Amino acid sequence: MAITSIKNLKEFSTNNDRFEGAHTLCPGCAHSMIVRELMNCTDDNLVMTANTGCLEVSTAVYPFTTWDTSWMHIGFENAASSVTGSEVMHRVRKKKGTLPDPDAPVKFVAWGGDGSTFDIGFQWLSGAMERGHNFVYVCLDNENYANTGGQRSSATPIGSTTSTAPAGTHSYGEKQKKKDIVAIMAAHDAPYVAQLAPNKWKIMAKGFQKALDTEGPCFINTVSPCCTEWRFDPKDTITITDLATDSLMFPVYEIINGHELNILYRPKNVLKVEDYLGAQGRYKHLFKAENKHVIDKIQKDINEYWDMLQRREEARI
Amino acid sequence: MQDLKLLAQDNRGLYQLEAGEDLLGWHEVTQGSILPSFEGDATGIANMKQEERNYSHYNSYTATVASWRVLKPVYNRDICIDCQNCWVWCPDTSIISRDKQMLGIDYDHCKGCGVCVEVCPTNPKSLLMFGEHSSFEDALSQWPEKKKKEKK
Ligand SMILES: Cc1ncc(C[n+]2csc(CCOP(=O)(O)OP(=O)(O)O)c2C)c(N)n1
Ligand code: SF4
Ligand code: SF4
Ligand code: SF4
Ligand SMILES: [Mg+2]
Repeated sequence: MAITSIKNLKEFSTNNDRFEGAHTLCPGCAHSMIVRELMNCTDDNLVMTANTGCLEVSTAVYPFTTWDTSWMHIGFENAASSVTGSEVMHRVRKKKGTLPDPDAPVKFVAWGGDGSTFDIGFQWLSGAMERGHNFVYVCLDNENYANTGGQRSSATPIGSTTSTAPAGTHSYGEKQKKKDIVAIMAAHDAPYVAQLAPNKWKIMAKGFQKALDTEGPCFINTVSPCCTEWRFDPKDTITITDLATDSLMFPVYEIINGHELNILYRPKNVLKVEDYLGAQGRYKHLFKAENKHVIDKIQKDINEYWDMLQRREEARI
Repeated sequence: MQDLKLLAQDNRGLYQLEAGEDLLGWHEVTQGSILPSFEGDATGIANMKQEERNYSHYNSYTATVASWRVLKPVYNRDICIDCQNCWVWCPDTSIISRDKQMLGIDYDHCKGCGVCVEVCPTNPKSLLMFGEHSSFEDALSQWPEKKKKEKK
């Protein structure tokens, strides 16, 4: 594929954005940072689809489109189905010789929020991965149904308050553990699966280029801090992402062919999860004395998960 | 074959198939809604700068969100090292960079989030937030001095 240079940020910045301004995402929203990082990784033609969610509603406000590529929206749950349908149509028309420019390189990319990826579009995604289409699915994981007012999803982490699992006198908020979507996608025997973060732009761009360049179904979960629902100042989106990766709340790693696990970012100083939680309003209640056990539990889970990742990396299983 | 536009005007709301009538094939139906991002051929867009492109009026590039701003980022060329941090993390494609140089801010699309200021590494910063209605001369004349490193 025609990849663009990501050697350093100056070279990366010579790319010509294909995601325009005047979309209606909140100021400081990480969704568009992630989209721009991916789209600037290649100058191939892109065919993109999106599930319903903040990214989709904010970039297709009739009569406007924010996308300089082919982009399609059908329903909440079927970005994976529509992108793989497009991919098959492209393949068939190429074979039949009905494409105007059959040699033009095309990449197929689907976007989904965590709600549509972990929950409502889960079976469509699983089917597309299992059928082995040639596409990249990117989940913008902001750990809640942001576009409809911050309901919990199966990506919502323990202790976070949401509109459907609120913290209060009787509850510390979310009780269920976050679904391990990366492991589930790797279990589909996908050639490339990763969890990436927009603050680490180079690791992210490398991962995106690898996924775009890999034959077969690829899945990438990206941490997408949502200032509105996570409750932080919009200017701090990258600071919060730094806290997420450096506290290992969001470890950055890839899994190749379902088993070869590589940790892509090892923080020099691992931060306590308290630093990450304390910077966001959605975890404020955890700092009350009676909820301290929840913070301890989150820290314990993080330590165990990091330990597991390191062992898997070493064992190559 | 029935014209779908006529069907849409049918005030019964639902179109009922007459006996023996065929359904339209997938390749025959009128598309729901297509917004072309460009006038004419869009080939090679990835290798064209924004100012070289022929945007259609459907492209949100032709729209503005300037009225969202309360504060605006002001750019001070004298201190900038062209690191491009502000370019990569601006969520609104509003940092104008050409040939590895930061040129300024696209105020039609900037929402004033302040991320660019936060990620700017220079001392003092090359980008700072000022009130939307303050003048650039005023802003630049108030630029802070270099901060001394605090001794630990
Ligand atoms: C089948 C269906 N169920 C529910 C909705 C309502 N809905 C629209 S956007 C949205 C939230 C999407 O959340 P997520 O996928 O996490 O994306 P985010 O907005 O957080 O980026 C919901 C529930 C819908 N449009 N269709
Ligand atoms: S609610 Fe969150 S995810 Fe949605 S646009 Fe706002 S900041 Fe972005
Ligand atoms: S204030 Fe926000 S939108 Fe405006 S240029 Fe800076 S980062 Fe971009
Ligand atoms: S972040 Fe600051 S120093 Fe870097 S290019 Fe932008 S304005 Fe210049
Ligand atoms: Mg979400």
